[in-house]
Amino acid sequence: LSVVTCPDSWEEHAFMFGFCLQQEKLLEGYVGFANLPNQVYRKSVKRGFEFTLMVVGESGLGKSTLINSLFLTDLYSPEYPGPSHRIKKTVQVEQSKVLVKEGGVQLLLTIVDTPGFGDAVDNSNCWQPVIDHIDSKFEDYLNSESRVNRRQMPDNRVHCCLYFIAPSGHGLKPLDIEFMKRLHEKVNIIPLIAKADTMTPEECQQFKKQIMREITEHKIQIYEFPETNDEEENKMVKKIKDRLPLAVVGSNTIIVVNEKRVRGRQYPWGVAEVENGEHCDFTILRNMLIRTHMQDLKDVTNNVHYENYRSRKLAAVTYNGVDNNKNKGPMTKSPLAQMEEERREHVTKMEKMEMEMEQVFEMKVKEKIQKLKDSELELQRRHEQMKKNLEAQHKELEEKRRQLEDEKHNWEAQQRVLEQQKLDKIFTK
Amino acid sequence: PTVPRAGSTLLGYIGIDTIIEQMRKKTMKAGFDFNIMIVGHSGLGKSTLVNTLFKSQVSRWSSGWGGEHKIPKTVEIKAVSHVIEEGGVKMKLTVIDTPGFGDQINNENCWDPISKYINEQYEKFLKEEVNIARKKRIPDTRVHCCLYFISPTGHSLRQLDIEFMKHLSRVVNIIPVIAKSDTMTPDEKNEFKHRVRKELETHGIEYYPQNEFDDDMEDKNENDKIREAMPFAVVGSDKEFQVNGKRVLGRKTAWGVVEVENPNHCEFALLRDFLIRSHLQDLKEVTHNIHYETYRARRLNDNGGLHPISANNTQESNL
Repeated sequence: LSVVTCPDSWEEHAFMFGFCLQQEKLLEGYVGFANLPNQVYRKSVKRGFEFTLMVVGESGLGKSTLINSLFLTDLYSPEYPGPSHRIKKTVQVEQSKVLVKEGGVQLLLTIVDTPGFGDAVDNSNCWQPVIDHIDSKFEDYLNSESRVNRRQMPDNRVHCCLYFIAPSGHGLKPLDIEFMKRLHEKVNIIPLIAKADTMTPEECQQFKKQIMREITEHKIQIYEFPETNDEEENKMVKKIKDRLPLAVVGSNTIIVVNEKRVRGRQYPWGVAEVENGEHCDFTILRNMLIRTHMQDLKDVTNNVHYENYRSRKLAAVTYNGVDNNKNKGPMTKSPLAQMEEERREHVTKMEKMEMEMEQVFEMKVKEKIQKLKDSELELQRRHEQMKKNLEAQHKELEEKRRQLEDEKHNWEAQQRVLEQQKLDKIFTK
Repeated sequence: PTVPRAGSTLLGYIGIDTIIEQMRKKTMKAGFDFNIMIVGHSGLGKSTLVNTLFKSQVSRWSSGWGGEHKIPKTVEIKAVSHVIEEGGVKMKLTVIDTPGFGDQINNENCWDPISKYINEQYEKFLKEEVNIARKKRIPDTRVHCCLYFISPTGHSLRQLDIEFMKHLSRVVNIIPVIAKSDTMTPDEKNEFKHRVRKELETHGIEYYPQNEFDDDMEDKNENDKIREAMPFAVVGSDKEFQVNGKRVLGRKTAWGVVEVENPNHCEFALLRDFLIRSHLQDLKEVTHNIHYETYRARRLNDNGGLHPISANNTQESNL
């Protein structure tokens, strides 16, 4: 720690110039916060680490063997046979957990296996169970993050996906391309060339170049090794990048070569050594996965893939009724932009609803008017009808009256005639 | 020409045994056809193997990495013919490749184009046979042998393999081979072969040489030995390397050279001897006498008889 004891005047100058100096103050004695990294380290060691690794590939590509070689355990042993010994008709997703201890550090390793991937005659949508699994782990984490009591937050999210490419020597298969396209924005994909001892060094080079060409052509984003400030590290990272995708060979059988005990595969024509850099890229994979980049993989999963998932999920929940979980738009949009869009959508929907309502209202009004008119007509008709009846009756009555009058007249006439007759009779006597 | 042998039980030498010589001369003059179909998904070394078998660039891709191998969207059938000559004997070899087989995401019925092609060749032959004025030598485009390439997963047969062989073992001679067998150590190889044979048996797939067509005990013994060793685990290569002062065909890796013709390394030599040196003629005969006859009988029964047509008939035949 160096000391710059600056006189107050200088400080004043600095502030006048508008920038704040980072003063490095020398300490008179040993304070002890240099111990901070150790404290962090001890806490994490006590807590233990978690890492979830997913392996995907057709059966028979040596996935289980590679996992066993990477972690020097027998994850799949005769008592617990691995997926290779069980024939699957549909794609399943299986988890196995193993606790590995080394130098006082605990690692809870979860291996997610996908037996049955790419093995059927019709492999459409064989990636769907994988996507569902990853999403469900994200959802679990989201839920546990949102809880009130967050004492225990187990991190089961998939941190890394090793995708095994069959060593055909030609290029990627349509299935490989489809799978990677659908998963590169959900998980860190590290493509590997399986069973690399099938190929001669030249074939391997050609194949790698071809694969990288196809990956850039289809705009697949595989896991990118981060650039650091350290020159040395950058050189190493560049070396790794040149050898992507890594061509690996797995084995846990020990063979004696030149009086050395090595892990390898014994052929009649020689021994392919697993840890020999000239034979395959296994050491590079192991160093990168475990020794240098494990934390970075977890960070990228947390900061990029998980955040993408989270913003999509939460934006969808904010506007009830608008189900955006099925929206497959670009996930690189910021959450704010997403919300704006949602709002606009919502507004247009409201407008539409308003218009619809108006229309309905008008229609109803028209109906009512029509009804009223009809009833009016009806009433009028009845009125007329009644009038007619009345008139008819009136007429009848008139008729009757006339008849009566007539009768009266007749009767009177008759009476007079009778009277006359009577008088006549008297006169004639 | 062989010297006629004296000392038969006949009163004098007649010369019947020269008929073999006469047949040989005729065959040599006429030459003969052989049609081989190779089936398997891309990247299994099919073209390389065929080139190695016939020691010449007879397959589609003549040089290792010329151009891009684009996977076609549907199964295509590509036939390439070459005339190769050895010891005065001419052979018209046709290699029928099937790019696109098993490469798609959905491989349902990807064997249909292949089945159609095989039946079309039988149909062509049948039409020629039934003609009134037919050619002296009917051009034989029928598929004599189908090499099916099994991926060396080390576990078992894939679903697609079983489906394909089930559908086509009754129509054509299928010879299953394990491709790129330099992936497996000797133990893994034996285990894999054993498992594959068991599975073929379970599914009732009759591969060539079929059990039912063995003529006599001698044949049966020979074929039994071959059947036990099948499917052959092969490696193909058209590059030569120096090993112990000899030039051998092989593949050079960082840990050694895989010799193609070394029986300890792979079974290529066995396959080649079986296919070319001992059973070539038998393959053609089984195709002609059994597979073709089955097809013909089925066709004739379906149609209730055929009416032969003249060569210059412009109407469509009623086949």
